[in-house]
Amino acid sequence: MTAKNPTAPRSNPLRALTRFRELGIIIFILILAVVVGLRASDFLTLGNFRDILVDISILVIVALAQTMVILTHGIDLSVGSSIGLVAMMVAFTIKTDPKIPLVVVVLLGMALGAVLGTFNGLIIAVGKVPPIIATLGTLSIYRGMVFLYSQGYWIPPYQLPENFPDLAKGTPLGIPNVIIFAIVVAILVYYFLNYTRTGRDIYAVGSNPDAAQYVGIRKQQIIFLVYVLSGIAAGLAGVLWASRFESSQTNTALGFELQTVAAAIIGGVSIGGGVGTVPGVLLGALALGMINNAVTLVRISPFWEQAAQGLLILIAVVSDTLITRRIQRNKLK
Amino acid sequence: MKESISPSTAVPQPANLISERPPRRSFLGRFQHWEWMLVALVLLAVVVNTRLTPYFLNGQNLSRTSVDFMEMGLMMLPMVFIIITGNIDLSVASNLGMCASLMAVLWNLHINIWVAAGAGLVAGTLGGALNGFLIARVKLPALVATLGTYAFFRGIAYVLLGDQAGRGYPPAFTYLGQGMLPHTLIPFSVFLFAVLAVVFGLVLHRTTFGRYLFAIGNNENACIYAGIPVARIKMTLYVVSGFMSALAGLVLAARFGSTRPDIGTGLELSVITAAVLGGVDILGGTGTMIGAVLSLVLIGLITFGMGLKNIQDQVQTIAIGGLLILSILLASIARTISAGGVRINWRTVGLAAVLILIFAVFFFFFYWSRAPVLKAVFG
Repeated sequence: MTAKNPTAPRSNPLRALTRFRELGIIIFILILAVVVGLRASDFLTLGNFRDILVDISILVIVALAQTMVILTHGIDLSVGSSIGLVAMMVAFTIKTDPKIPLVVVVLLGMALGAVLGTFNGLIIAVGKVPPIIATLGTLSIYRGMVFLYSQGYWIPPYQLPENFPDLAKGTPLGIPNVIIFAIVVAILVYYFLNYTRTGRDIYAVGSNPDAAQYVGIRKQQIIFLVYVLSGIAAGLAGVLWASRFESSQTNTALGFELQTVAAAIIGGVSIGGGVGTVPGVLLGALALGMINNAVTLVRISPFWEQAAQGLLILIAVVSDTLITRRIQRNKLK
Repeated sequence: MKESISPSTAVPQPANLISERPPRRSFLGRFQHWEWMLVALVLLAVVVNTRLTPYFLNGQNLSRTSVDFMEMGLMMLPMVFIIITGNIDLSVASNLGMCASLMAVLWNLHINIWVAAGAGLVAGTLGGALNGFLIARVKLPALVATLGTYAFFRGIAYVLLGDQAGRGYPPAFTYLGQGMLPHTLIPFSVFLFAVLAVVFGLVLHRTTFGRYLFAIGNNENACIYAGIPVARIKMTLYVVSGFMSALAGLVLAARFGSTRPDIGTGLELSVITAAVLGGVDILGGTGTMIGAVLSLVLIGLITFGMGLKNIQDQVQTIAIGGLLILSILLASIARTISAGGVRINWRTVGLAAVLILIFAVFFFFFYWSRAPVLKAVFG
């Protein structure tokens, strides 16, 4: 367990490896920045950088929670539907009661998300349903509930209270709130994963579930916990989504789950569990955001966006696997 | 294998499948508890549907509805193989979209429809080969590799077709998806699926290749040591999966009579649901083709029944998702009970009560929050 552990003391070769992994993404991001910067002068400006950050903030929040799930050798495919459902329920609530304070709206969204996450966690940790199946099922269920709830209607901007968009887009601190939310979540998750006992247990459960159980970690509780956390993050993301786009639609965040998984994997999180860092995931999300932004600025047809994303995921995982294998081979010599 | 009643097991089955199987078993003898369960559910669905509406037992209706599930079925056949080896292919629906889009682009350029369709099949096979290369040679986890190609193939579909659409296919081509066998009510695509299902079933249950699939799913390393060409088998599976996705793409394009780049989006989930509900263990090593086909029929009947009752498509996904979870959850609960059950003490009761309360509050909110329930607090 400690061997794979990125922050464990005295495991220098592997620490160098994890550094190297993130270095790979950094190099990719720099190359992308230079190439696109030469083609489009608008790319390397502070304003554009801010746009990219706003674009990836919600992704960062959910991708970090997804990372915790993947660290336990699980996966949460239901986040996209959870975001859609929470966004819809919150939007309807605030439409009928425009006077609800924004703080309560955020808490309400997180609570609703927590319930959805609890359901996932119960099926997986207690019901022993494999995570991919359980969350594939709730992906359909939650999305169906969006339609059941909204009756097919969507909430257009003018039906929402005027101050609601400020939740994500207001700039009391000089930068849009949604970025602040992402930074706070990133700091919390970083602290949680690296400096709390439960956080370390998450790595332990993912690295070697049996060993974790032998040393007295309550595996089921940890697994349950990560899905609840994922649900809470999705709930927060749902509120921010509705606020940022000033609307809620039945297809809100459709397919978003794959972007969160992609950000984590590009950021060096191993799908096998136990390996991954917060900075890596942040860089992974940044790389995704830059690609989307670059496709628009270089005036490539937007239809290339998804193909480029898919190619990036493939290149990232293939190079990561090959590098890891080479390093392991060198260690054996 | 005989003891295995569940569709899925959280713990891997003991790898005794190869030696234990008697040389010949009758067709019905192959049925295990789960298959009988599915038969019962199918009959139940038929009875319920018949009671619900007089339009159900109608040859025309049934024949027309069955066509809607054939693309799913075509992709499900290789998916059963892949899941039995403990792998997965998330890219099938995207591959379908890529092939249908390629065919549409070529058709729009006034190329002969059969040449275009052939190009689609080649593209799908190549797509499958890419998956196979990444999984069997580069040794990426199947989930990661096909997640990447899931985005990549769909992206290619958009690049190819953009905001265009392919339409105006000749009747000889749309026959693939809309036509009936002469003088019968059997749609051509159902006939095609039935023939291929038998072929895939025979390969799975009657050939050495099929036995290898179960063996790989149970213990891949042991198979490598035993000299089974695991990498080549995986490669074959993904190539076949790519070809079948392309075929499904042609059938779907023929059925719709038009092609847009988002064609078939999300179908991969239905395909996996059908396989897993059919008793194919998502962790590999167990599963039957007849179970998968039965579950396809069951999903078709349930969807059809809900459609007849005017339940929206999108709400129907709740039932399908619930069915997927229940099929595994029930097996898991049965296993817990047979292993001695759960100790019930005050703590479990308390936790259960808290959870029930949480879900109750959620559903109260779900049903009432469209009316101003919070007005009393924040009025």
